[in-house]
Amino acid sequence: MTAISISSLKYTWPGAATPTLDVPEFEVARGESVFLRGASGSGKSTLLNLMSGILATSTGSVKVLDVELAELSVRKRDRFRAEHIGIVFQQFNLIPFLTVGGNLRLAARFAHQANRETDQQARSLVEALQLHPDLLEQRADRLSVGQQQRVAIARAFINKPDLILADEPTSALDADARDHFVKLLLSIRESTGCAIVFASHDDSLADFFERRVALSDINKIKARELIHV
Amino acid sequence: MFEVALSSLWSRRGSVMLTLASLTISMAIVIGVEHVRDQAENSFVRTVSGVDLLVGARTSQINLLLYSVFRIGNPTNNIQWQSYEDIDARSEVAWSIPFSLGDSHRGYRVLGTTSDYFEHFRYGDEEALRFAQGEEFTTPLHAVLGSEVANTLGYQLGQDIVLSHGIGNTSFVNHDNLPFTVVGILAPTGTPVDRTIHVSLQGIEAIHLGWQNGVQVSAFSPDADDPRLTELQPTQITAILLGLESPMAVFGLQRAINNYPSEPLTAILPAVALGELWQIIGTLENLLQVISILVLTASLLGLSTMLLSSLRERRRELALYRAIGAHPSFIIWLIELEGLAMVAMATLLGYLVVVLGFSLTQDWLSESYALVIDAWPSSTGTWLYIAGAILATALLILIPAFIAYRRSLGHALQSS
Repeated sequence: MTAISISSLKYTWPGAATPTLDVPEFEVARGESVFLRGASGSGKSTLLNLMSGILATSTGSVKVLDVELAELSVRKRDRFRAEHIGIVFQQFNLIPFLTVGGNLRLAARFAHQANRETDQQARSLVEALQLHPDLLEQRADRLSVGQQQRVAIARAFINKPDLILADEPTSALDADARDHFVKLLLSIRESTGCAIVFASHDDSLADFFERRVALSDINKIKARELIHV
Repeated sequence: MFEVALSSLWSRRGSVMLTLASLTISMAIVIGVEHVRDQAENSFVRTVSGVDLLVGARTSQINLLLYSVFRIGNPTNNIQWQSYEDIDARSEVAWSIPFSLGDSHRGYRVLGTTSDYFEHFRYGDEEALRFAQGEEFTTPLHAVLGSEVANTLGYQLGQDIVLSHGIGNTSFVNHDNLPFTVVGILAPTGTPVDRTIHVSLQGIEAIHLGWQNGVQVSAFSPDADDPRLTELQPTQITAILLGLESPMAVFGLQRAINNYPSEPLTAILPAVALGELWQIIGTLENLLQVISILVLTASLLGLSTMLLSSLRERRRELALYRAIGAHPSFIIWLIELEGLAMVAMATLLGYLVVVLGFSLTQDWLSESYALVIDAWPSSTGTWLYIAGAILATALLILIPAFIAYRRSLGHALQSS
């Protein structure tokens, strides 16, 4: 049982001459927390896109929770992502014109979660993230960056995922907020027991995680060869 | 999804409001033009029904129709009373209504006629005239008012009114020696009847006694119960409405009247003349319709453009929907909903603009152009136009929607 299992994955951006990724093998166990280190432009985001099924590859295999993503239709992959994978980005995690509650409900809706369950889930997540419950009625773009990132954690966990993919989620935060953010993220992860892949260039966060992986070790294409699209 | 679409529009309310204003104006134009077309046609066709032939002095059929039925413009010439009696006596004729026009009261036309008018005149769907109050005239100095005359001027039964010579709004030549008494008020018909004051032919004769060429030359001033009044014999009338025993006789009688030996007369089929008149107006209206559709198309393209240009600033938003598990079709529906919500809003506002516009101009239109227009558009055509506009929107917005869809498919979450 693995959360992620990648073998002989190659990915070339449309129009690019050389592949961005060539990953012979990479695995994440269920419930494992992995720190994926890589400089910007090293293909981290591309890898996360492939793991989440937003991008699909024709060469190699990407299995998430033992499901071969390439074998799912686009619609099924989207549904699979909604139900099993939570994603946190560096910034712009929330639909700015919706309220915090609206953002959480929208994510829950894509996983066809019952409204009552969503409301309970939203309240307990907001509490666990040390946010004021009144924030649920606030428009997302009225929140500070730190608050937005914490709401992004709530959004990622709203559908009780089995895997969290975080793409440089702390690079917009200052040092204090950054550590606080990672601790909150990991404490919620622990209580739910889901796996996490945390991609960052910031080595100082590496010690929070069970396993540390450098992208350059799993990717045969070297960063300087990449032309990032 | 509605929540998302509406919040999204609200977050871009600047450009949304402008586009909405342009859409509202074009919807108002489309609904308004269609409404006027429908109502004008209705009001035209309703004006007279059940009349087989309309007879007047030699003139064009549209002119005859306009002055006799619509009470617009002036009669070119009169018909001798003798001619009327000859025609009325013919065996094909079932009934006849003589019309004598040429006087007015405070801008409303006065129609001299006989009691046959109340018995045989039909409008709309073969509807007979009904009295709201009172009854038809029985003596030469009685008057029966159309509903609008009574309403606008606030006249009651028993009131005395003075007719004016000629048909201007303010006439300086009044027949003030012989006031008429209001004895009846007709129920509304939605036709020129509402704007007419009806008196007997003797009444018309009486007020013109002692007049020549529009000038009072002798001071003949009988009072209301002067026995001479009831003996008055009309000498001239303006038009005749004829009902025939058999519709088969229409063309024969028409030819006979057109070839009437003692004076030049014209007999027309009102339905044919109405059709011809409608064609002239219809051309103008078709043009207006085409223009209104073009205006709407321009607005819809504007809406499409607005949605399309918003896609650029919404790139990350759209990518985010997919990241949290939205199927790409969610994005198509979102853009479609945004556009349709705006058109629905514009339709509602445009409709209200039309209702408001016609509520305010109703009276003026009916007085100046004989157009009786209901404030609330409700014709099938109106609904078809609204449905068409919404359908066209749905199709046009597919352009930005599909572009958004395609971008969302090929797009990675975010570049680090």
